[in-house]
Amino acid sequence: MRRRLLNWVLGVGSVVAFVGALVMVFLYAPREATMGEIQRIFYFHVASAWVGFFGFFITFVSGALFLARSERRWDILGLSSAEVGLAFITMVLITGSLWARPVWGTFWTWEPRLTISAVQWLLYVAYVMLRTSTTSQERVARFAAVYGIVAFVTVPLSWFAIRWWRTIHPQILAGGEMALTPRMLQTLLVSLAAFTLVYATLVRQRVHLEEARDRLAGLQAG
Amino acid sequence: MAENAPPMVVIEQLSKAFGPRVALDRIDLEIATGERVMLVGPNGAGKTTLLRIVATLSRPTAGTVKVAGADVSRGGGDARGRIGFLSHESLLYEDLTARQNLRFYARMYGLGDMTARIEELLARVGLTRRGDDLVRTFSRGMVQRLAVARAILHRPGLLLLDEPYSGLDPVAAESLTALLAALVETGCTLLLTTHHPAAEGTLTERVVVLSGGRVIEDGPVGDVASFPSRYRALLTQTMSA
Amino acid sequence: MRTQNWARQVWAIVVKDIAAELHTREILSAMFVFAVTAMLTFSFALDLRGAVGRDAAPGVVWTTIAFAGTLGLSRSLAREQQTGGIAGLLLAAGDRTVIFFGKSLGNTAMLLILEIALLPLGTVLFDANLLRPEIVLVVILGTIGYAVAGTLLAAIAVNTRAREVMLPILLLPLIVPLMIPAVQATAGLLEGLALAEVNNWMRVLVVYDLLIVAVAMLTFEYVIEA
Repeated sequence: MRRRLLNWVLGVGSVVAFVGALVMVFLYAPREATMGEIQRIFYFHVASAWVGFFGFFITFVSGALFLARSERRWDILGLSSAEVGLAFITMVLITGSLWARPVWGTFWTWEPRLTISAVQWLLYVAYVMLRTSTTSQERVARFAAVYGIVAFVTVPLSWFAIRWWRTIHPQILAGGEMALTPRMLQTLLVSLAAFTLVYATLVRQRVHLEEARDRLAGLQAG
Repeated sequence: MAENAPPMVVIEQLSKAFGPRVALDRIDLEIATGERVMLVGPNGAGKTTLLRIVATLSRPTAGTVKVAGADVSRGGGDARGRIGFLSHESLLYEDLTARQNLRFYARMYGLGDMTARIEELLARVGLTRRGDDLVRTFSRGMVQRLAVARAILHRPGLLLLDEPYSGLDPVAAESLTALLAALVETGCTLLLTTHHPAAEGTLTERVVVLSGGRVIEDGPVGDVASFPSRYRALLTQTMSA
Repeated sequence: MRTQNWARQVWAIVVKDIAAELHTREILSAMFVFAVTAMLTFSFALDLRGAVGRDAAPGVVWTTIAFAGTLGLSRSLAREQQTGGIAGLLLAAGDRTVIFFGKSLGNTAMLLILEIALLPLGTVLFDANLLRPEIVLVVILGTIGYAVAGTLLAAIAVNTRAREVMLPILLLPLIVPLMIPAVQATAGLLEGLALAEVNNWMRVLVVYDLLIVAVAMLTFEYVIEA
């Protein structure tokens, strides 16, 4: 019963926080000077990026714990976080494109943060594909854990490499920076909290789904 | 058989599970030095899993395995040189000659008398003349024979065999039995898994029956002739339980 | 009478792979043919002549290595899979790191041999001197990281249903911190910069190599055990 209560709390909390964030994004946050209304997508864009990276981190940690302890629950957490994280990183790329078009006239820029998100997206997709392509469940859990660890470890290095690459080839399209007023910062923090709650809810649901699958398999076998 | 020699294999509370799927369930087993044990059971009972864990090819999720006193359950390397493994897969490289294959394993095991030992074994399995031919060109029977040579190259004290008779023609089966019998005389400990306990009954003295990841019977082979029917009865009993 | 020596075992694995390749030569020839075809295809498709060719040379060469390399890596690990998987190595190696270093060294050597053929070809095709010692150094550093990451991931890929197809999907996003510095350093050196001036990039390569060797060494045993 505690589980159901927590589910309920998380679910309701996510909805409330999300609605709150929406209200703040559209009504409370100021209209940005140079970019106009489209700038409001920034809050969802950054929140998604943060959650996407966080999901990666959780997959990394659960992978390490799984290798150390061989407990199925770490494997389940890793795969759940990866699937949900992939969804959020996809949002980063989509919101990034939607934002880039009116501001810079092009759907894609090789801006460092967008580029690193693309790399993370590819790593996540590889992880998910890996999970579906092996017959032995126990082996795929180990493979995925190892990949999750190695992939995460290369992301900071990728970030530096991409940044330096972009600084020696500065884009013709400048003006990606904006000053954050206090109201904008508050809106951003609320968005961050809302997205994190949504992430937690989704991961929890995915974990429950996988646990139910395990129970079914156990019943079918025995 | 030395009465006071320490056991060759000690398996304590060995488990291998992944989530709800349990392959091995808290197995306790001891095998004395020089004992010859047959491991039987229906498909999926965990025979191959157990054997591969003892061979250090796989890791358990709980419990320990000690070979010649050394713990091998978690990647411990000390006792590997004492363990020989033979399965229906040859573990040989097709792009190398027979001698190159054996030379590779001899180097890995750090054998001092490499050349002499290789020639001795090639002669034992009757492959001296084909020693410099690629394994790719060998017939299945020849590959099996070379695999046996590979398995005993480093003079292991414990020989693990995973269904070694599967796919062997009667002639090859006979020569394998002869080779194993000779080994047994030198005090080698034998643990083999099989689906057809009739043939191996002559080689082994003790039988362990595995089902659903648990040991359900462990005793002397007894009357070899009646063993197959007793075994069948036992299995039907277990499956309807 | 029995002396299991770590270095001797690593060397035994390398020698075995060389001997097998000498018999069939199928891995090196497949990689080389693929690489040449790839470079020519790039040249046609992107119309790489003159100055355009010179500018594109670092990218084309490194991309070619990255793709052709996956062929070699897959086949190198598949060779272990042939008759019983990597079980033979697991049985005989006293320490799991022996297998990791043995295969990585062998794969690094295999890639370096490919590059010995590829760099002169690139030099001729794009009129860019890729044979300068500084560039060779960049190539070596990049190859080490690529081979180590590739060996780890190929050991995974070869056990999946998709096999060879899985390796590029797993490997290519992982070597971004290798590709960017390698290409940029090569390009800088071609333009006449001194080695000290591409220092930033060299440092990333070295850090990547160290990092990937450390991580792969720790996780390899979980990949190859049954």
